[in-house]
Formats: sequence, structure tokens, C-alpha cells
Amino acid sequence: MTTVTGTQAGPLPATQAPAGTGRRVLRGLAHDKGAVASVTILILFILMAAGAPLLTKVTGWGPDTLNPNAINPNLGGEPLGHLGGISLAHPFGVEPDSGRDILARIAYGARVSFLIAFSATILTTTLGVVFGMLAGFFHGWVDQVISRLMDFLMAFPALIFMIAILSALPSGNRPLLLVIVLSVFGWPYLGRVIRGQALSLTERDFVAAARVSGGKTRHLVFREILPNLLSTVVVMASLSVPGFVGAEAGLSFLGVGVTPPTSSWGQMISSSLQWYSTDPLYFAIPGAFLFLTVLTLTVFGDRLRHALDAGEAA
Amino acid sequence: MLRYLAIRLLSGAGILVAICFVTFAIFFWLSPDPAVAVCGKTCTAARIEEIRHALGLGQPFLTQFWDFLRGIFAGRTYGSGADLVHCPAPCLGYSFQTSQNVWEMITQRLPVSATIAIGAALLWVLAGIVLGVISGVRENSWWDRGSLLLTLGGASIPSFVLALALQYLLVVVLQVLPFPQGVSFTADPQLWFESYLMPWVVLATGYAALYARLTRANVIDTLQENFMRTARAKGLGPVLILRRHALRPALTPITTIFGMDFAWLLGGALIVETVFGMNGLGLMTEQAIQKNDQPVIMAVTLLAAFFVVIGNLVVDILYTYLDPRVRIAAR
Repeated sequence: MTTVTGTQAGPLPATQAPAGTGRRVLRGLAHDKGAVASVTILILFILMAAGAPLLTKVTGWGPDTLNPNAINPNLGGEPLGHLGGISLAHPFGVEPDSGRDILARIAYGARVSFLIAFSATILTTTLGVVFGMLAGFFHGWVDQVISRLMDFLMAFPALIFMIAILSALPSGNRPLLLVIVLSVFGWPYLGRVIRGQALSLTERDFVAAARVSGGKTRHLVFREILPNLLSTVVVMASLSVPGFVGAEAGLSFLGVGVTPPTSSWGQMISSSLQWYSTDPLYFAIPGAFLFLTVLTLTVFGDRLRHALDAGEAA
Repeated sequence: MLRYLAIRLLSGAGILVAICFVTFAIFFWLSPDPAVAVCGKTCTAARIEEIRHALGLGQPFLTQFWDFLRGIFAGRTYGSGADLVHCPAPCLGYSFQTSQNVWEMITQRLPVSATIAIGAALLWVLAGIVLGVISGVRENSWWDRGSLLLTLGGASIPSFVLALALQYLLVVVLQVLPFPQGVSFTADPQLWFESYLMPWVVLATGYAALYARLTRANVIDTLQENFMRTARAKGLGPVLILRRHALRPALTPITTIFGMDFAWLLGGALIVETVFGMNGLGLMTEQAIQKNDQPVIMAVTLLAAFFVVIGNLVVDILYTYLDPRVRIAAR
């Protein structure tokens, strides 16, 4: 999953970001139909995730409340009624066998999905920026060590290795473990780009001017170089979020990600494997949520990059 | 060139040993006692002690790692006294679950996974490049917009969702395809093709979308180069320009990514094989994960790393031939 973010984000122009850029970019996004549509859907999903406890209180069905009245024990636990047991009480139907409410499980699954994806993005971005800047700014042996480490991590068969680690680790706080493992293998893709840009920025005249006029290292790094990398960081970070959503779902699908009783979309699809021919909605609903989330996040990241490019060119 | 090759080979071998070490260390310190896993349900403390001795689990970490590494190249012998088990090279140990030789398990299942991987790779390269070239040449046309929409959807749909949707539609509802099974080509070519069709499409979709985007961007960039203007000024036709001048610089970067992606395929095969129930390396790994069968998981991790390192190496060497600038730099 992480390769996708790595290869998509080619060399971005190291341009300066003046103060008015932020507003111009926002205005550009507001006029962009694709961006507006995807942000609207994302906000709805995030509201659903945040309001999950409230939602289950309103409907009366929690994510782990069994409902034996909604399933048919004579048919092996098949949901009663058409379309996977869709009814007023259960708008998305119920889970076969247990009769748990799918809406509640989707909402709680969204929480896990967003929590892991956003935390992994924050951690990856922090690691990538810090190590990329260190390597690009200090050259020499610091650069050598960090660059070799990045090469090494990127040569890893990350998915298989994550599976190996996650299956070996004892069950503890699974979401936290996932965030750490995803980030450890994710940061070199941003780190490498940041290193390259920092390397060329340190040679530029305005940095040299700041240096000779007595600027301290901290000033050079935070005031002169970092602001110029901001748009790269924002674009790469936002484009990595859908990758993490997909990775979490994939790992949970394989049984090494989020484990029961915590509900997650990947896990729901995995347990729908034995039911898909008789109750197709049981995989179609979490599948559609997963697809829409990844799609809207990708569109948003893409449009953001366009808006930033346009904002800087203006 | 020879020096370059030697350096690349050495660093590849170094990475492999390092991955071996890290994987071994993780399993050594983090996972539950393998002796208990081997012993099974009817188990006594004495039996566990026996197994621990036979597998050499009482040894210090580095000794065990050295034995494991030596086993891969020279084979090793487990146990002592009467019940000696010799494991010939390359020895990756025995499965805790089935007591089978892990290397034999891998070689048995490799054909299925290789068929899925190679077929999917052919499909995605073909589909991705064709789509990308069309939309790059006809930028902003309806072709371009359609293919952009297609690639966006293709890149966003998780493979297991696509796999289940296809299987439900084509096999259960429309009944145009049979349930996939690992039949060999020589036994029944038609069933073979029909069985592998869905796995190929599912595995290829995400990559095809990515390649189409990259090809499009590269073609658009290349068409704006000065030498393209020269070619047009000479009066060459559009097809000839594309074939003789534009495609080589536009497609060379794709080679790099292809080598990497192909090497990473084992991970993708894992998910596809799990959904379609095809008995390849992926399904084997999935079952090993469920049962915490460490020797199998470790062997697959190493195999995947091996493919990545080899893939990188092949790409680097290939690149020196495709791109003259790299060839000179490497000298």
C-alpha cells in the first residue's frame, strides 16, 4: 500500500509559499466540484464515526448487541426478511448468525479506520519530516546513516513483513501496534522526498543569506527551510491517508489487524466470506463504505495538490 | 560495470541477511513458545522439554540464528540419538502444524502463485500502458476523462472487495465462470483459463490504474520535449513519432516500478488466494497466520524479501541498458 504513495508523488517543485497561499488554495478547492463532493462525503463519514455512541443510543442497537429475533436459526442463522434483514430497526440489516446491527458495526468500524489512518499519517509525516530534514540539512555521516536506513526499510517486503510481525506479537493494543508498524515502513517514502528538497534548499541563496547574517541552525531549519517544504508535506500526507485506510482493512481482513471484539470494516468483509452467496449485502455494505472512503480521500488529496500547484503558480 | 554489479550483489546479500536476522529476532523474542505449538493438545512438561532440546531451543540466540542460517545453505539435522531427522538444504524447518518440510510446502504451491502473478503482471502492464498512452496522446478528450474515472475507481477499490463482488456477480448470479480452482494448464486449458481469469483481473486492477496514470503523465511530458517538436517539424506522422521517439523515454521509468511491483506481488497474492480459495503460497501463509505456524511464516517472509532484492537487482541492471545516461554513470 505504501508503494502507491511513494511512486505517485513524483518530485514536487520546491517553490516558496507566501502568506496568502492558504486562502487562495482554499478558494480554489471551494470552486472544485470534485473536491467539494469528496469533502462532503468525508465529513458525513467522520460525523458518523464521531457520533457512533450517540447513533447506537438512538437506534437502540450497540455494535455487540445480539438480536436473536432478527435471524432464522433453521437456516443456519440467515437474517430474517429480504436484503440481509434490512428493516426500520436495522437500516443496513443484521449480521448473519449473531444478529448484530450492521449500522452500529459500520459506525464503530469507521472510528477504528479513521483513527488508525490519521494517527499513522501524523506519525509517518513527523518521522519523514524529521529524518528527511536531518539527512538533507546536515549532509555527511548523518545523511549516510539515514539514507541507508531508508533504503533498507524500502527494500523490505512490507506487507508480508507486517503480517509476520503482527502475527508474532502478542495481542495487546492492536490499533496502536498497527499504527506503529504502518508508520515504521511508511516514513521513508516521505523522508526521501524531504531529504532531496532540503538538500537543494540548503544550497539556495536565501538560506546562505540567512546563514551569513547570523541565523542559528534552529532558525534556518524552522524559519527558512521548513515553510518551503510545507506544500509537499501536506500533499504527500493527504495522499497517504487512503493508503493507510486500505492497509488497515487489508490487514484486518487477513486476521492480523484489528481483532474482535473491536469492529472493523476489513474484519466484517472477512467474516462475510462464508455468507456472500446467500447474503451479498453483508459484504457489499462494508465494501461500499471502504471503497467510498478510499475514493474520496484519494480525490481530495489529488485536488488539493492541484489547488496548491495553482495557488503557487499564481 | 563489473564493479557496479559486484557492489549491487553484495548489498543485496547484505539486505537479505539483515532481513533474516530481524525476522528471526522478532520471532525469538516476541512470539509464544514454539515447543508448546509443536507439542499440540496432549502434552506433558517432559515432552515439551524433549522438543525444546530437539529443536535446539535452549541454545543462546546467536547460536540458534547461526544454525538457522547454516540450515538454509547446508541443511541441518534435528534431534539426537535414535530419532534423527535430516533436513536437506535449503532447510527452512518443519511446519508446526503438519510437520511437513517447509521448503517442500513452498515448492508445491509455487506454481499456482506464479501463474496468478505472471498473468496479472502481463494484464496490468498491457492495460495500464494502453490506457495511459491513449489518454496521454488525447489529453482532455472524452477518452482521457473516461480512463481517468476508470483508473480512479480501479485504484480505490480494495482487492478483496473487488474479488468478492466479481465472484458473486460472475459465479453465483450470472454463472458464466466456475469457482476458481488450481487446475493445471495441461489437464484442462479452458477450465484453467476460466479459473485464473478472476484472480488475474483482481490482482491487476490496482496496478493497471497506477500504471495508466504514470504512463499518461510521462507521455504528456515527453510530447512537450524539444526533440518531439523537431520530429514533427521533419514531417513525421503521429504514429511514427509515437513509436520511434516518444514511447521509449516515456516508458523507461515504468520498468523501474514494474520490477519493484512484481517483486511485491506475494503480498497481493495472499489476499487474492484467500478470497478465491486457491491453494498457493498466499493461502498457505494465511493458514499459517491463523495457527501461528512460525517456520512457515518466516520462510514466506524470507522468500518475499528474496524476490524484492532480486527484483531490485534486475531492474538496476536492466536500467543500465535502457537508459544510456545511467550506463555511463555506473561505469
